[in-house]
Amino acid sequence: MTSKEIKKTLDRQFPGSVIENVDFAERQVELKPDQWLEIATFLKNDPGLSFDQLECVTGIDTGEDGPLQSRYNLHSMEHRHKIEVVISLDRSNPKVASIEQVWRVGDWFERETYDMFGIIYEGHRDLRRILCPEDWEGWPLRKDYETQETYHGIVVSKIKEEEWE
Amino acid sequence: MGVVQGDQMVLNIGPQHPSTHGVLRLQVRTDGEIVSEIKPYIGYLHRCFEKHCENVTYEQVIPFTDRCDYIASMNNNFGYVVTMEELMEIKVPERVEYIRVIMAELNRIASHLLALGTYGLDVGAFTPFLYMFRDRERILDIFELTCGARLLYNYMWVGGVSHDLPKDFERICIGFLDYFEPKIKEYNDLLTHNKIFLERTADVGVLPPDVAISFGVSGPNLRGSGVKWDVRKDEPYSIYDRFEFEIPLGEGEFGTVGDSFDRYWVRVCEMKESIKIIRQAIKNLPDGDVFQTIPKKIRPPKGSIYRRTESPRGDLGYYIISDGSPKPFRVKMRSPAFTALSSLSEIAQGWMLSDVIAILGSLDIVLGEIDR
Repeated sequence: MTSKEIKKTLDRQFPGSVIENVDFAERQVELKPDQWLEIATFLKNDPGLSFDQLECVTGIDTGEDGPLQSRYNLHSMEHRHKIEVVISLDRSNPKVASIEQVWRVGDWFERETYDMFGIIYEGHRDLRRILCPEDWEGWPLRKDYETQETYHGIVVSKIKEEEWE
Repeated sequence: MGVVQGDQMVLNIGPQHPSTHGVLRLQVRTDGEIVSEIKPYIGYLHRCFEKHCENVTYEQVIPFTDRCDYIASMNNNFGYVVTMEELMEIKVPERVEYIRVIMAELNRIASHLLALGTYGLDVGAFTPFLYMFRDRERILDIFELTCGARLLYNYMWVGGVSHDLPKDFERICIGFLDYFEPKIKEYNDLLTHNKIFLERTADVGVLPPDVAISFGVSGPNLRGSGVKWDVRKDEPYSIYDRFEFEIPLGEGEFGTVGDSFDRYWVRVCEMKESIKIIRQAIKNLPDGDVFQTIPKKIRPPKGSIYRRTESPRGDLGYYIISDGSPKPFRVKMRSPAFTALSSLSEIAQGWMLSDVIAILGSLDIVLGEIDR
């Protein structure tokens, strides 16, 4: 199926969940966060779609006061088609349903995105930091992130932008 | 919880342990010798790759990709530049494409040699490791001749490569292939068909295909489970659609499909396929200028792209977002070893502690890439 047909199928099955947004490319579809778990289960189990592989989960901070995004690249081994799902989340309260039990790899992908962006995946059974230490402060990949001064008495070095110019 | 389980013990393997292939800590709950639960702890090598990328220009990202999967730096470079070229719609000269494929496949052989050699070490065979490192050395010599570096190459650039091939490269490369091809039989005699090795690996740590797909396991690990999926064939990038090669699959020759032996065996067979590809590429290698399409300033148009390529460890994906400035807005690396390691807790459950090491080794992880 082409991405257009997949979008149509989703719109038919879950009316009102697909957001039309011209900013996104053909391969992407923006969804409202509230029905995400049901949609994900449908995407995986529907025989016509059968997205059995979650390739990647990417967190994105769109910048000053903009929303945070969680993007999912899905691929179907059977039909060899793919789609990218974009879910925009409110910056002050970024919460979205976890798909960890739909695709098992979502477990670590979501932990990574949580670690870097502070996006809370509701229903995740083991949502902990994965790459940073558990007591690290702040969400490193957010654009407004400020590195903490010290960590257990060790001075944390900062990236100085001028040095790289 | 709160239940006292007197006969269970929690063991920490690592972070500094030779058979964890890097700095990895496994928290293992054991009942005698049997592992009932296993929790990997990663992040010891975290170097903020993605954060650094946002503070450097697009060309400066390439050396960082080298350092992610330092066993297969060429393939990491390759994935990044292919993604960037797709984003910027650059068509590179034919010669560059062929050089890149040759280098990527040579690096695949080198990476598999290291994987197989250290796997032998993990299950107690020391000699094959020395044999394989002897031959890997020759590949590193070829890389040194080409770009001066032996481990971290920074060889592939957006729009080209950093150096043209040295004089006499074809002869040296063919010479290596002629030397190396019969060596695979030597490895098989030495390690593959060794009874002890078979006992340690066959039927151990079976990864069923549906579980593998659900865990996002890719590359040789996925093919070991019998799933025919190779990005080079199924989503061809660069010029991989021009070469003839097979996709080796795990067949459960000595045990069940998807066991540790199958993952090992797929890697051995893949080296043969890589040799085939390199021979074809050298035969058709055209002349030309390799610096012609390197842009003076890299400033991709606004937009985003996700592309995956086949690294020796599996599907290596790059998600790049450009806001039109010379620095990337976001670079995300989807690392194949990360997903492979996440499946460990599932497949290693119920095995003996010594088998956990055999299963971990068969997944061929590189911690530099997992932690980024």
